[in-house]
Amino acid sequence: MGSLDVARWQFAITTVYHFLFVPVTIGLSAVVAYFHTQWVRTHRPEYYRLTKFFGKLFLINFALGLVTGIVQEFQFGMNWSDYSRFVGDIFGAPLAFEALLAFFLESTFLGVWIFGWGRIPEKLHASSMWLVHIGTVLSAYFILAANSFMQNPVGYRFNPETGRAEMADFLAVLTNKVQLVTFPHVVLSAYMVGGAVVMGVALWLLRREAGTDDEPLYRRAVRVGAVVSLVAALGVVVSGDIQGKIMTEVQPMKMAAAEALYETTDNAPFSVLSIGPLDGSEATRIIEVPGLLSFLGTGSVDGTVDGINDLKGSERAMAEKVVERYGPDVAPLVLTDDYTPIVPVAYWSFRLMMGLGFLMMALALAALWVTRGQGVPRSRWWTVVAVVGPLLPIFANSFGWIFTEMGRQPWLVYGLMTTATGVSPSVSVAEVWVSMVVYTLLYAALAVVEVKLFLTYVHRGAEPFVDPAEHGDADEDAPLQFAY
Amino acid sequence: MDLQLVWFGLIGLLWAGYLVLEGFDFGVGALLPALGSGDDAEDTEKRRRVMLTTIGPHWDGNEVWLLTAGGATFAAFPEWYATMFSAFYLPLLLLLVALIVRNMGFEYRHKRDDVAWRRRWDLAIIGGSVAAPFLVGVALTNVVRGLPIDADLEYAGSVLTLLNPLAILGGLAVLALSLTHGAFFLTLKTTGAIREDARRLGTTLGLGTAVVAVLTLGWLGLTSGSVWSWVTTVVAAVSLLGAIGANARRREGWAFVGTAVTAATVVATYFLALYPDVMPTTLAGGTSLTIENASSSPLTLQIMTWAAVVFTPVVLVYTGYTYYTFRRRIGTQHIPAAVAVS
Repeated sequence: MGSLDVARWQFAITTVYHFLFVPVTIGLSAVVAYFHTQWVRTHRPEYYRLTKFFGKLFLINFALGLVTGIVQEFQFGMNWSDYSRFVGDIFGAPLAFEALLAFFLESTFLGVWIFGWGRIPEKLHASSMWLVHIGTVLSAYFILAANSFMQNPVGYRFNPETGRAEMADFLAVLTNKVQLVTFPHVVLSAYMVGGAVVMGVALWLLRREAGTDDEPLYRRAVRVGAVVSLVAALGVVVSGDIQGKIMTEVQPMKMAAAEALYETTDNAPFSVLSIGPLDGSEATRIIEVPGLLSFLGTGSVDGTVDGINDLKGSERAMAEKVVERYGPDVAPLVLTDDYTPIVPVAYWSFRLMMGLGFLMMALALAALWVTRGQGVPRSRWWTVVAVVGPLLPIFANSFGWIFTEMGRQPWLVYGLMTTATGVSPSVSVAEVWVSMVVYTLLYAALAVVEVKLFLTYVHRGAEPFVDPAEHGDADEDAPLQFAY
Repeated sequence: MDLQLVWFGLIGLLWAGYLVLEGFDFGVGALLPALGSGDDAEDTEKRRRVMLTTIGPHWDGNEVWLLTAGGATFAAFPEWYATMFSAFYLPLLLLLVALIVRNMGFEYRHKRDDVAWRRRWDLAIIGGSVAAPFLVGVALTNVVRGLPIDADLEYAGSVLTLLNPLAILGGLAVLALSLTHGAFFLTLKTTGAIREDARRLGTTLGLGTAVVAVLTLGWLGLTSGSVWSWVTTVVAAVSLLGAIGANARRREGWAFVGTAVTAATVVATYFLALYPDVMPTTLAGGTSLTIENASSSPLTLQIMTWAAVVFTPVVLVYTGYTYYTFRRRIGTQHIPAAVAVS
């Protein structure tokens, strides 16, 4: 592999890994903040215990999301310096905003929340977790604005003198139509994950603690988690549907690749599954829904969806127009042999994203049903649900990103710069290999540690209630309620 | 006003903020073996927990200064960001590994009540806290010293180019300064034996820092200094000596302010020596990156300036609030029994 391929693999590995933790952080911070607020409002011990319990699980997860996020910001300059030069004028600004508006807020108030037990007024304490949550959501907004620019570049002008894309309208970058639908889609998916984690963990403990005093505590958590996950999922479906139509408009190739549709078709069907190489030769589609692809892409079952074969030509024409407009200097940036993404990757990641998401919705419904009244999930299958439940939407998130990023290829910035031209010219293959191996091994080791720790804390369950009000803070030498 | 100059200054300020703030938490982490070794295993553990708790609410926010410096460089000087980050490829990889293992150590160390587990994370914290300031120093010193950058603004050296004597000296200077700064922070934030030990060690560390810092700044000044960089060099030296003196007289607040000023003026010296370049080339026929040819468009700089003007005060206010909230000194008597699972 050349440095381009290794750099791409590295980006894929580090980003997918980072994004295993991000949705948990966004979603779980909201649920923990909710429990904490309920505790402050009602002073019912169960909310205190749930806040502490899920707060610990949140922190175990947060640590990894944080450290792997630092790698992301450095990676653009390290591996993708030509990309950074070309779009830095536009792409850098959201990243700087993210640091200034989101990272400071998140990190500072997380410190306040962790160490605030017994040291700050309780309302402020609960608010600090909400501020952490707002920080995570702001962070998502800015980084998604940056990503949306790559999917649908707007608000820029090409400067032939510097050979760079430059900012023309920052508001347009922040309100990119791709962004406006991607942001709710991603944040709601994160709530879905947060809810699913709470639901899964609590289901497992509910089964274990059935018949004890803690049964109602975990039942409540299961139901809160399932409701959050379900409501969020409905929003994910709606935003995803709108996203499909915008994608058909701005990146038709991605939509065609999602269905492996080679020929332009009216009333295009959507195959739930298929067998075959998906290269346009004979493919056996299993369970085909007539007109569904047209509906997803255009909003009408009779709509026309362009096929890959036609789109190849129109993408080339688009690239040639760019060269015509900005001169032969940009030719290497936009001209390439084939404008088709890897179709099987797009096809399968799209289905896995949706399939895992819908499965999670079914599990959340089932969990709500079985815990109604004084219900306890008796069947051993519920153990499987407890474990798989949180993983389904997490992996659905991963596949969503794999789809959206792989479906954009060979473009790095759609219509403006191909991925092959973004890589750092001064970095050797050996260096990229070294960093990829280092990250992969380190991340794998950290994953083992974090999963073990997470499970240990789940196994321990919520700690017994100790009234924090009795924890006198008047004495200067009294032990802190929390210390490292 | 010239926004390129403003952003050059602001990035300098971000680096200064980073070395002032994360500087002390690097120091505290790196001093775990020196100041966190007590009479017996229990005392050792309590001392380490005291030390880590003093930086507990702050280290994460402190680190954001680095991320903001990186993000601001990307936005305001994309060419600088691109050349610098690809040039320092392996050192930055090491820096990232150092920060990762160190942060994980802070978060995970107390999560299990198990001696072997804690010792491993202690190693991660100590190793990361030593390596990171050293690498930051090496990188910043190389930026000022100059590197082989070709006419296309691409780095034309190798990793060995980065390991020159001046850069290594600069790495040691930042490390030594962080250790001293960390020791003075501990005198300010702890009570009991740690406070006394930190004060004694702080004097030794401070004198050591004075030697490497003066050598580094003197060498840099002779090769690429300006009048103003000599002025800040003198301020850095005076404030460091003042800090050592204040520490000896148990004026803990002043000692900490002294090393904070030193850290800030060291960065100021670097940036004054650098101006108007942002990354000078050492290559005949190469092109230096300057605040002109590396910068973003005027519009981007304007947008960024507005953001900085509006949001920086907010950040400073709530950052200040956390330091105020957690201002109490901590001693071993404040450490609760471990609540982690075994």
